[in-house]
Amino acid sequence: MGIRVHVGTFEPGRELDALHAANAGVGAVVGFVGYVRDFNEGREVGGMFLEHYPGMTEKALAKIADEAARRWPLLRVEVLHRIGRLEPGEPIVFVGTASAHRQAAFDACEFIMDYLKTRAPFWKKEDTGEGPRWVEGRDSDQEAARRW
Amino acid sequence: MIHVQYFARYRETLGVDSERLAWEEGFARLDDLRRHLLARGSDWAVLGERNLMCARNQELCGLDEPLADGDEVAFFPTVTGG
Repeated sequence: MGIRVHVGTFEPGRELDALHAANAGVGAVVGFVGYVRDFNEGREVGGMFLEHYPGMTEKALAKIADEAARRWPLLRVEVLHRIGRLEPGEPIVFVGTASAHRQAAFDACEFIMDYLKTRAPFWKKEDTGEGPRWVEGRDSDQEAARRW
Repeated sequence: MIHVQYFARYRETLGVDSERLAWEEGFARLDDLRRHLLARGSDWAVLGERNLMCARNQELCGLDEPLADGDEVAFFPTVTGG
């Protein structure tokens, strides 16, 4: 299991490839990549800053990944989340799961993202044409996490 | 001693990212500490928001969480990562 929180960008394709490297028992790999959009809630977004809670962030992500590994027969889990300044079009987050069969990898990947969205201490502040604004949490994210 | 941290919009509104408060017997639960801070008035009303989240010793918890001398507590708005 790998948990990484860092400033720089990353290559999603490389992250995905790494999930089945050196493990021929892996029959299924699922990867989710979240990107910075150039438009949100009716305003153009020129970039954003991602704040987090150093120390708790890593623990919260590890706890979520551990929970996924307890619920599904996973062979690997990788969670990578960026912090600091991000530009439109850049990747923000990568969640990758590997298992022998596809259903566990699909479900676990979705579970990890739903929990990350509602339990990991990250906050987005967007730059818009009308100045910076904090992104507010969505009820739909809370509902998505409740179904697990 | 209680180490209290504030993040994101709360940190900006309050103009402070962390502080250390002398331990008081009245801080039995996290909500007692929150009410103590709310009583400061004006900007501190932000800690009365319905969607407020909190953590004790870097774990998410509810407002009824028991507190102990030496704890690290954090208050923050709904998380928006991913």
